[in-house]
Amino acid sequence: MTAISRHERPAPAGPVAASLAFAWRSLLKLKHVPEQLGDVIGIPVVFTLLFTYLFGRALAGSTHGYLQFLLPGTLALAVVLVTVYSGVTLNADLATGAFDRFRSLPVWRPAPILGALIGDIGRYLLAGAIVIGLGLAMGYRPAGGAAGVIAATALVVLFASALSWAWITLGLALRSPSAVMSAGFVILFPITFVSNVFTDPATMPGWLRGVSDANPMSHLVTATRALMAGTATAPQVLWPLAAAGALITVFAPLTVLLYQRK
Amino acid sequence: MITATPSIIGDLAVETDGLVKTFGATRAVDGVNLAIPRGSVYGVLGPNGAGKTTTIRILATLLRPDGGSARVLGHDVVREAAAVRRLVSLTGQFASVDADLTAEENLLLLGRLLGYSRRRARQRAGELLAAFGLTSAARHQAARLSGGMRRKLDLAASIIVAPDLLFLDEPTTGLDPGSRGALWEIVRDIVADGTTVLLTTQYLDEADKLADRIAIIDHGKVIAAGTRGELKGSAGSAGLRIRLLDPADRNRARELIADRQIIASDEPDPAVISARIPVQQRAGAPGQIAARALARLAGAGIGVSDFALGQPSLDEVFLALTGSHPAQAQPGQAQPGQAEPAPAQEAAR
Ligand SMILES: Nc1ncnc2c1ncn2[C@@H]1O[C@H](COP(=O)(O)OP(=O)(O)OP(=O)(O)O)[C@@H](O)[C@H]1O
Ligand SMILES: [Mg+2]
Repeated sequence: MTAISRHERPAPAGPVAASLAFAWRSLLKLKHVPEQLGDVIGIPVVFTLLFTYLFGRALAGSTHGYLQFLLPGTLALAVVLVTVYSGVTLNADLATGAFDRFRSLPVWRPAPILGALIGDIGRYLLAGAIVIGLGLAMGYRPAGGAAGVIAATALVVLFASALSWAWITLGLALRSPSAVMSAGFVILFPITFVSNVFTDPATMPGWLRGVSDANPMSHLVTATRALMAGTATAPQVLWPLAAAGALITVFAPLTVLLYQRK
Repeated sequence: MITATPSIIGDLAVETDGLVKTFGATRAVDGVNLAIPRGSVYGVLGPNGAGKTTTIRILATLLRPDGGSARVLGHDVVREAAAVRRLVSLTGQFASVDADLTAEENLLLLGRLLGYSRRRARQRAGELLAAFGLTSAARHQAARLSGGMRRKLDLAASIIVAPDLLFLDEPTTGLDPGSRGALWEIVRDIVADGTTVLLTTQYLDEADKLADRIAIIDHGKVIAAGTRGELKGSAGSAGLRIRLLDPADRNRARELIADRQIIASDEPDPAVISARIPVQQRAGAPGQIAARALARLAGAGIGVSDFALGQPSLDEVFLALTGSHPAQAQPGQAQPGQAEPAPAQEAAR
C-alpha cells in the first residue's frame, strides 16, 4: 500500500458549511433509517383524526364546524410535540463515538448541533404538511387561502425551532434519551393542553383561564388561527415571535455552554 | 528509532505535566507525566480502568483536565484547543464512525468538514476505501460492517487529511490475528508518511511489535516509561537456556548454576536447563551473572553445547510492575517467582 497519506491540508469548513454538512448527515440518516419518522408522522395523524372525531360532535355540535376551529390548533400542537425528539435524538447521538470524532475536528464546535436542528426543521415541516393535508382532505377550508396557510406554517415551525433549543439543552443535561423524552413531555403536556387548542378558554374556570391566557402556546394558536383565517393583526403575530426570541435567548447560549463543558 | 530523550519542546508531540482528571471520587488520571517524541509510535499500556482513554480524550481536547498541563505539538490543550484540533485526529476506543451512514458517506462527510470540495472529497474517499480494501463495502451502512472492517474505516476516517498526531485508542481490541496484522501494517504506513502515533493497548505484543517507546500506566499514573529495551531492563527476569553435551551432567550442572541470583530448573528436554535471572539486582546485569554461571560449569568440566540469554518479555515487566495480568496473557505464562509486584519504577521522562 502506498501513499495513503496526503499532505495537503485544506482550510476546514467554516461555520455555515460545517452546519450544512451536518444537516446533510441528518438527511442521510433519515434515508437509511426512515423509521425515525414514525413519531413525526404518527403524532400529527393521530391527533388530527382523534380530536376531530372524538370531540367534534361533543364540543362543537358538528365535526365539520369543530374542524374549522381545531385544525390550526392541531397544527401548532403536533409540531410543538414533535420538537421533543430533537433533544432525544441529540442525547442518543452524543453517546456515540461518532460525536467524539466530530468534536475533535477543527470545525466550529456547535456545528453538529446546529446541523441537526436544520435537519429537524425539515421534520417539523413534514409534520405540519401532514396536519394540513389531512385537514384539507377532511373538509377544512382556510379563509386565509394558501398565503395564510404558508404564513401560519412558517410561524409554527419558527416557534418550534426556538423551542427545540430547550430540549437540546435537556438533551445535553440529562443522562439518557428516555429521560429527555419523559422530562420533555411532562413539561409540554400541561403547556399544550392548558391552552386554547381544544376549547375556548371562556369555558374554563377562572384561574385556569388565567394560565391559558398567559400561555405562549395559546398565543401561538391564536396567531395560527388568525393567519389561516386571514384576519391576523400585528400584535397577534408578534406575541409568539417574542416568545420564540425569548426561548432562543435563554436556551441557545445555555446549550453552547453545556456543550463546551461536556 | 529514537533513543535519546529529546529536550527541545518543539521536538515533542506530546508533553504532559502532572495531568489530573477526576470523576467524582475516581481519580481516573492522577498526575500523568509523558514526553512523546515526534515521528514514532508511542504505546500506552495499562490494564482496564488505568486511565488510558481518559488521557487520550484530554489530549484530543475532548475533556478538560482538572489539574496539570498538556501540550500537544507545542499547543496547550486547554488554551489553544482549536490549534490542537487542526493537527490531531482521533480513532476512539468505541467505533467513531456513524453507524447509520454508509462507509463512503462517513468519509464524504468528514472530507467536507475538513474542507475538501465535493469532488475532492469523493476522490479522497474512493482512494482511502481502495487503500483499506473497503471498496466493495463502500455502500454498506457502517453498522453492517464486520468489526475489523469498521476499525479500518475508522482509521481511514482519521487520515482523510494526514494528521501530525494520530490517537488510536485500542485499535485492535476484538480483532482476529489477521485483521490485527493488517491494521498494524496500515499504522506503520501512516507513520512512514510522517505521522506520530499515540496508541493505547492492552496487548503487550501489540506494544512490542508497533511501539518504539512505551509508557505503562496503572491507577492513573505512569509507572514506567522508556524504550522497549529500557523497560525490559527495568523489571522482570531474563531467561537463560543452557543445552548440555551430556544429559547425565544435568543434576550437577543445575546445582552449580543455582545461587542467590539464579533460579534454575529442568526443561522437558533432558539436556536442557533453564534459569531465570531477575534483572534488578546488585550482583550485576543478567549477562554478567550468566557468564559467571557458565564459567562455573566450565570449571567443573561440564560441556555446554549452546546457550541463549533472553530479555524478559514485556508481559513479565507488565506483571511485575502492575501486579496484574494484561488482557491477553495466559495464566501459564507467568512465573510464580515473579508474582509479587516489584517497587514501581519511575523511569518516566
Ligand atoms: N465519564 C466518566 N464518568 C465517570 N467515571 C469515568 C468516566 N470515564 C472514565 N471513568 C473512570 O475512570 C477510570 C479510567 O477510565 P479509562 O476509560 O480512562 O480507562 P482505560 O485505561 O481506558 O480502560 P480500558 O482499558 O477498560 O479502556 C475508570 O475507573 C472509569 O470507571
Ligand atoms: Mg479505554
